[in-house]
Amino acid sequence: MSEVKFSKEHEWIKLDGDTATIGITQHATEMLGDIVFVELPELGSSVAKDGNAGVVESTKAASDIYTPVSGEIIENNQSIVDDPAKINADPENEAWFFKLKISNKSEMDSLMNKEEYEKFSKESGN
Amino acid sequence: MENKITALNSLHKKYGAKLVSFAGYEMPIQYSKGIIEEHKSTRENAGIFDVSHMGQLFIRGDSLLAEDLEKIFPAELKNCKLNQSKYSFLMNDEAGIHDDLIITRVADGFNIVLNAACKHSDFELLKKLLGDKYEMNLSEELSLIAIQGPKAVKILEKIIHGVSELNFMNGNSFNYQDESVYITRSGYTGEDGFEISMKNRYAELFTEKLINEGANLIGLGARDTLRLEAGLCLYGHDIDINKSPIEASLKWAISKNRIISGGFIGFEKIKSQIENGTSKVRVGIKPEGRIIARENTVIFSEDNKNIGEITSGTFGPSIQVPIAMGYIESSFSKVDTKIFLEVRGKKHPASISNLPFYKKSYVKGVNQ
Repeated sequence: MSEVKFSKEHEWIKLDGDTATIGITQHATEMLGDIVFVELPELGSSVAKDGNAGVVESTKAASDIYTPVSGEIIENNQSIVDDPAKINADPENEAWFFKLKISNKSEMDSLMNKEEYEKFSKESGN
Repeated sequence: MENKITALNSLHKKYGAKLVSFAGYEMPIQYSKGIIEEHKSTRENAGIFDVSHMGQLFIRGDSLLAEDLEKIFPAELKNCKLNQSKYSFLMNDEAGIHDDLIITRVADGFNIVLNAACKHSDFELLKKLLGDKYEMNLSEELSLIAIQGPKAVKILEKIIHGVSELNFMNGNSFNYQDESVYITRSGYTGEDGFEISMKNRYAELFTEKLINEGANLIGLGARDTLRLEAGLCLYGHDIDINKSPIEASLKWAISKNRIISGGFIGFEKIKSQIENGTSKVRVGIKPEGRIIARENTVIFSEDNKNIGEITSGTFGPSIQVPIAMGYIESSFSKVDTKIFLEVRGKKHPASISNLPFYKKSYVKGVNQ
């Protein structure tokens, strides 16, 4: 199992072979507050690195979700669509957002490791 | 400009508030448990709201003042009993709403609670309208603390004896630590509750007492979801200078007698809108599914005509569905009419709903 990496948009990504599982970080959920709605990218659609790949809405506002790498969407987590509160409860495990077939593994290189991300989220304060 | 703070600012911080800038004040949007928990705890238990940013205007005067205020507001004030509160509006000649407010008759005049963002302009306007006839004071020395929810009465009664005797939309002076505090049975959450006006220096310890008795601090975030579930308007969103109380479906707040007798600012427009109807009207809206339609979302008819706009929208934590309010062409305002809401480029089905979304539980008359 490969290491979990993180984006500046507060997504996490775990690569397993060609399959990347993507979700949002604990830190992101703390900033967003209670999540009450989620929209995921369509199965089979292609998404480009840093491109829009869904929406989450908290009681306060809507926020876009970005994909940290390019690829084709192969699975959606319907359980968070049905019960968005799961995202606040367990964002970095059970409440993953989508899986994609990664098209260019080198895109992983520019992402942060856990330590770098923790430093980044603390320093950026957002 | 530097934000002002209320007397409860350090208490907010102590209880883990996320502070935001709101109407020139640093105010809590939420505390550590989050908006949904805060919302539910208000509906099930009791919530404490710091609303000290709101304006507390006192105008001293006798029966002549009531007469002069009736020339401004569409409320019945000459017949307003001592300690009775009325919801009303400050309007322009076109019946556009400068502010919505609560007027309470007190022993030596009237108290008016104003929206924070409007309070200074309201004060200037009222001063212009009333001239120098009356002493007017927009207080900086008073805090305003609301306690709302089914357990509010039990909790407050323990600290200030006698509040359970108050009727809804009525107030009185009470003794608290040898000081007189003024309490009304009112609020803006759709729950039974009270608003306590007291000197700033007592506010923090008093609030700690409410917390010790089991009430929870609630931020502006949950205040918004609570009032929206209760179908109540937020000034600057659901009502403003370009909307009249008739268009806003708030005719109930204008007394029948005043609609006949007139003599208040905006009367001609109100009268003509009642007689002829308005082209747009405020309605409740329930989206199908879980989609949330926020402010400025465009409303379409089934045949794809632009027929209105959302003014407030959120997810209702107590009713577990998304809810919204907006203005729609009057011919589409009937309950259950099917409409479409354009969110992120896609049209989502919704329907016109009765208001409130959440049933109120006000105490109408404990002594009647």
